[in-house]
Amino acid sequence: MAELTYRQAVARGIAQEMERDSTVYFLGEDVAEAGGVFKTTEGLLDRFGPERVRDTPISEEAIAGAAMGAAMNGLRPIAEIMFSDFFATCWDIIANQIAKTRYMTDGQVSLPLVIRAANGGGARFGAQHSQTVENWAMAVPGLKVVAPSTPRDVVGLMAASVRDDDPVVFLEQKSLYATKQDVPDGEIVEELGRATVVRSGSDMTVVALAAMVPRALAAAEMLAAQGVEAEVIDLRTLVPLDVTTVLESVSKTSRLATVEENPRLCGWGAEVTSIVTEEAFYDLDGPTLRITTPHIPLPSADSLEDLAMPSADRIAGALIRVANG
Amino acid sequence: MTSPEVAPSSVGIDHDRRLRLYRMMLDARLFEETAHKLFFEGLVKGTSHLATGQEAVAAGFAAAMRADDLSFCTYRGHTHTLLRGADMARLMAELLGRANGICGGKGGSMHLTQVDVGAMGSYAIVGAHLPIAAGAAWAAQARGSGQVAVAFFGDGATNIGAFHEALNLAAVWDLPVVFVCENNLYMEYTPISAVTAVPNPAADRASAYGLEGIVVDGNDVEAVYAVASAAIEKARSGGGPSLIEAKTYRHGGHSRADPGAYRPDEEVQEWLSRDPLPAFRARLEASGFNASVLDDVEAEAKAAVAAATEVARSAPTPAPDSLETQVWADGGSSWRN
Repeated sequence: MAELTYRQAVARGIAQEMERDSTVYFLGEDVAEAGGVFKTTEGLLDRFGPERVRDTPISEEAIAGAAMGAAMNGLRPIAEIMFSDFFATCWDIIANQIAKTRYMTDGQVSLPLVIRAANGGGARFGAQHSQTVENWAMAVPGLKVVAPSTPRDVVGLMAASVRDDDPVVFLEQKSLYATKQDVPDGEIVEELGRATVVRSGSDMTVVALAAMVPRALAAAEMLAAQGVEAEVIDLRTLVPLDVTTVLESVSKTSRLATVEENPRLCGWGAEVTSIVTEEAFYDLDGPTLRITTPHIPLPSADSLEDLAMPSADRIAGALIRVANG
Repeated sequence: MTSPEVAPSSVGIDHDRRLRLYRMMLDARLFEETAHKLFFEGLVKGTSHLATGQEAVAAGFAAAMRADDLSFCTYRGHTHTLLRGADMARLMAELLGRANGICGGKGGSMHLTQVDVGAMGSYAIVGAHLPIAAGAAWAAQARGSGQVAVAFFGDGATNIGAFHEALNLAAVWDLPVVFVCENNLYMEYTPISAVTAVPNPAADRASAYGLEGIVVDGNDVEAVYAVASAAIEKARSGGGPSLIEAKTYRHGGHSRADPGAYRPDEEVQEWLSRDPLPAFRARLEASGFNASVLDDVEAEAKAAVAAATEVARSAPTPAPDSLETQVWADGGSSWRN
């Protein structure tokens, strides 16, 4: 057992898979010599050498395209797109090429690759380096979408993503990079499409993802002080989506809230809520609630960004209304 | 069937291979003419971008590639896919949206792939496949497989970012990839010269990536074969990428029913007079090939395309339950439990 930061867990997760499988290669901007702009990939170059850990030019289409081509020809590449916002510069490769190729070729082409990126707000970077783009990826058939909230899950879900034969968009929430957790030694492998109940409760179900998980947990503790027990679910992956865990929880609690970092429209919480209302409407004792950032680009000023992203206080205030609704 | 009275090719291509090149170009020409006819019959749905007139590039490169080399082409990709060795009947069936199409009807005219012959896809977003081909070449380099990737693209692709990103990465990483620009003078409807800063849209950019600017007559199948062989051999032996610009012309419009009316008559006539098929046949005859031998090759090609077309026309449409298959590696499309 060792205490790891979320940032260190990224390197450990990649290293675990590169050690195990010689076809796993890693490429991206500033990932080798510099160890990543967020220092998430330090040590990989020394350990695995410049053939398998490769610095690229600032060429996101070339990075994503090279990953795809390599996956078509026998490698299992991990590609870093430095900030998930930059997906916009290579979205053709991700959404038109990588996502669709298996279907368009009727299964002739498998693309076992991972595209990882620093995602989300909280770092005061302003609107072009702070977006939460999991909904972009979730909306495209053919992409799996993973967003861990803890160092242990970073390792275990990275392993699951690398071993998966489908393309995976792996989103690391950058405001979590400094968070710590004791992580067991040895190989850790999680399963895609399995949510975890991170806090049990009988009064409401709160579904969260990535940075919203610790905030939802903090909010749940505030509610507990008022006698309301919230069950908090960490979805961990959006595609595949673990509907079963959510429905089981709602059947017990009869109330549902989702906590999303993304802007309001078409967020994953809308999909989860839609499924619950379609399939478990009669389990519900009151209206569902989505807690999101407002439908705005994220501002840079710390005071404004803090207002925009759901805080534990704001989540708790909203959840009380659910409990009483 | 080598006959002593037949003079060798000026670029050293042997007798059988010259006949093979002729057959490949005939197959491509007749396939495209048939596809055009089937489009107007309403059997090829959607759209179709024909490469009639550009057969020499596809044939010259396909003949120079090794069976395990990987080719990546564009939405104007019927002939590239065919000449790599895709099953002709199943290729035609794909255009017709039939169950036995090479992609089960899920690809169509613009998305043709047959992995088992190294035809790694026709890509309908301009330029996208250049970095993908570079990636396949990277894997070949990493695995030491000795494969070469070849990416075919139009002149229009030279003005999109992916072209430049791919060229640079391939050069920096010394990747075994050959980039082949088929310059048919028109990006779609607009002359490439009207929207490009240099006269040779690909070759004039080569120096920016430390590469030699290579221009070849894309209507001369033997010239293409020679240039292709050299570039592929260079890539295979660790010499890195090449960028080749083949000057050619599409006889028809950009797509579907486009008559190409934006092209001056004199230009069209000049290029039709340089049609790669009669030009190559005349050269073969001048080299001493008996006309009856060439007629036989032509008759075989016609019979092959007719037979393939009949198989495709009589094939069933895809089973409805194939609609939601092959999104994921487990064969299905489920996104939830």
